[in-house]
Amino acid sequence: MSSNAITIPGSQIQARPWVDELHQWVTTVDHKRLGILYMLSALLFLVIGGVEALIIRIQLMHSHNDFVSPEVFNRMFTMHGTTMIFFVAMPVLFGFANYLVPLMIGARDMAFPRLNAFSFWLSFLGGLLLYFSFLGGSGLYGAGNAPDVGWWAYAPLGARAFSPGHSSDYWTLSLLVSGFGSIGTAINIIATVLCMRCPGMKLSRMPLLAWLNLVMGGMVLIAITPLSAAQIMLLIDRYLGGHFFDTQAGGSAVLWMHFFWIFGHPEVYILVIPAFAFLSEIIPVFSRKPIFGYPVMVAATVAIGLVSTSVWAHHMFSIGMSSYANSFFAITTMAVGIPTGIKIFNWIGTMWGGRIQFKVPMLFCIGFLFQFLIAGLTGIMQAAVPFDWQLTLSYFVVAHFHYVIVGGILFAIFGAFYYWYPKMSGRMLSESLGKWHFWLFLIGFHLTFDVMHIPGLLGMPRRIYTYEPGRGWDTLNFIVTIGAFIQAIAILVFVANLIISYFKGAEAGNDPWDAWTLEWSISSPPPAYNFATVPTVASRRPLWDLKHPEDPDSRYE
Amino acid sequence: MSAMTTPFPNTPGAWNLPSRGKVAMAGLIIAESAIFTIFVVAYLFYLGKSVTGPTPRQVLETPILYTICLLSSSLTIHFAARSLERNQANRFQVLWLLTVALGGLFLYGTGQEWHRLIYEHGLTISTNLFGTTYYSLVGLHAFHVTVGLIMLLIVALFALTGRVGMNQSGRIAVLSMYWHFVDAVWVVVFTVVYVLGR
Repeated sequence: MSSNAITIPGSQIQARPWVDELHQWVTTVDHKRLGILYMLSALLFLVIGGVEALIIRIQLMHSHNDFVSPEVFNRMFTMHGTTMIFFVAMPVLFGFANYLVPLMIGARDMAFPRLNAFSFWLSFLGGLLLYFSFLGGSGLYGAGNAPDVGWWAYAPLGARAFSPGHSSDYWTLSLLVSGFGSIGTAINIIATVLCMRCPGMKLSRMPLLAWLNLVMGGMVLIAITPLSAAQIMLLIDRYLGGHFFDTQAGGSAVLWMHFFWIFGHPEVYILVIPAFAFLSEIIPVFSRKPIFGYPVMVAATVAIGLVSTSVWAHHMFSIGMSSYANSFFAITTMAVGIPTGIKIFNWIGTMWGGRIQFKVPMLFCIGFLFQFLIAGLTGIMQAAVPFDWQLTLSYFVVAHFHYVIVGGILFAIFGAFYYWYPKMSGRMLSESLGKWHFWLFLIGFHLTFDVMHIPGLLGMPRRIYTYEPGRGWDTLNFIVTIGAFIQAIAILVFVANLIISYFKGAEAGNDPWDAWTLEWSISSPPPAYNFATVPTVASRRPLWDLKHPEDPDSRYE
Repeated sequence: MSAMTTPFPNTPGAWNLPSRGKVAMAGLIIAESAIFTIFVVAYLFYLGKSVTGPTPRQVLETPILYTICLLSSSLTIHFAARSLERNQANRFQVLWLLTVALGGLFLYGTGQEWHRLIYEHGLTISTNLFGTTYYSLVGLHAFHVTVGLIMLLIVALFALTGRVGMNQSGRIAVLSMYWHFVDAVWVVVFTVVYVLGR
């Protein structure tokens, strides 16, 4: 077991000309650097998507506001949704998977390093394509205009007649290109987990993070591809005169909805399963207990993966499906709650009786537990078809899915940043700035998204650029907007923390959290080759075995 | 590389892991299957929904000969890969070139069919829903055949210059997985377009 990895003095810290440095980053095939590139690009797009969210919120701050025109408002919510899902959430999670999976399974790199670099640059190019539409949306000679068809681009909005110019083409192409990048990354993650494990790292001993990313990779393969197929069809419609979604020639707008949501719903689980993975690593370490119910956690994840592929049409209850279809999708949707509930109980079971350390990563995970539970409950509410008929396309839905994505996934991602930043940079993130970040973000989040449920219940539809006074929505929207700004301030604190701690943070050392997985056995940041000698493991917690030779886990396996 | 035996002490026996090439190709095949599924669903969903003609029954002819070509190329590539494993270089080359020829013949067949449909029946991708779904589904498959053929040709060039030996048999096995997949998809496309769809 190679706990004391060799650090060759002077091998990393020598100053090089910045062009050299940049060249190294652009041409790298190292999974750690690519992971960091994924995260940096995601942070860049997080700020851009956040600004778009603020523009939306300023416009809705009070009735009859004219901060932006209706056209710009449509572009903002389209770009906000597309950016946050495809160019923030997915890249940041892929980044963590890239960085952590090889380290956790004792491998020196991903299975296909060059495919890895290719996938990253495809995803990044997708983001650039999307934003190039601001310049080239109407052709380079015309004024630019971003896509304004909503992030799901329901037919016939995406058709040429209703979306002239190239803005929808940039949307289509960017999702297609970044989708191919996602497929490449997913194949890479699967091959890495299955084929690159160090000796002794049986599937039943893998850290849950590796397991959950394996499931996530499998879901990407079967869920992102329908979106790619649908985008190809849309391109055929727009450029070759096809009729897939052209109702006048017998095509079907509903088919696009099905294709989009066959992708769209599993996508939520593609995002949340890696978030689960972070919790499954962080909670045990800060509770000083091994994860409760490891096999059940794996089984529940696989169950979520399977069931979540058959729930998509709960996004479409209001289009008039047959009552059989409605019942089927209502039942499957509620059924997803069961394995998810099992996971929540298991995390609580891990914390139960543990000596919990309320460090910042743990705070974010505890926030996740509460908020994800509430998000799940409002989800179950909307799985009830009549309730959904009343509230679909209202701000209640917007509040619900932001509860999932911000209150759940983003909280877990922040937790992961605080937990693994020391490994990636060699420096600890400041705890005090971290607490400011946590509490500000928590307050901002609840101000925004708790309150946002109420205008939804009062009937405020989503995607309206303004509203009449006297409906009781004004005060609520004003509070929501204030909350959004508090969240923005918290994000600024976070970014400041990332930058300040990079230069001034305390030295992290190999293992600042006294953790148990292999990535903490090597120096921070890890050397390019990761492990000087390939480690051998005998239990789920190799570092525990190493630190406690008198009572190793391997004795009980 | 793939199946590695550890030289480290305290390791319980040999440590064998699946080949990463095969796992990755299996992953790609799963992803591609999902793409094809969506196109097949669209084809079936739009059967008989065209507002104008021509209809599949009027214009489609079952390409039995070319189908036999493509399906038998699965056999030839299988035996080619096996002869490479047994280090029978000549046999490998002959079977490999035969596979390329059969694949090429199939593509020619698709081209001929499209030529006939376009010039004799005036059916293009924008004519009606049948045209849209037919050309996309068959075209998507033909695209995969083309990609496969390019890869087969690259291997053929290397083989003819004597650079493909037994130590490449793992890679050849991965490539032949892809080719088998392309053939299996054709069985589905054939059934949907030429049997069920008429």
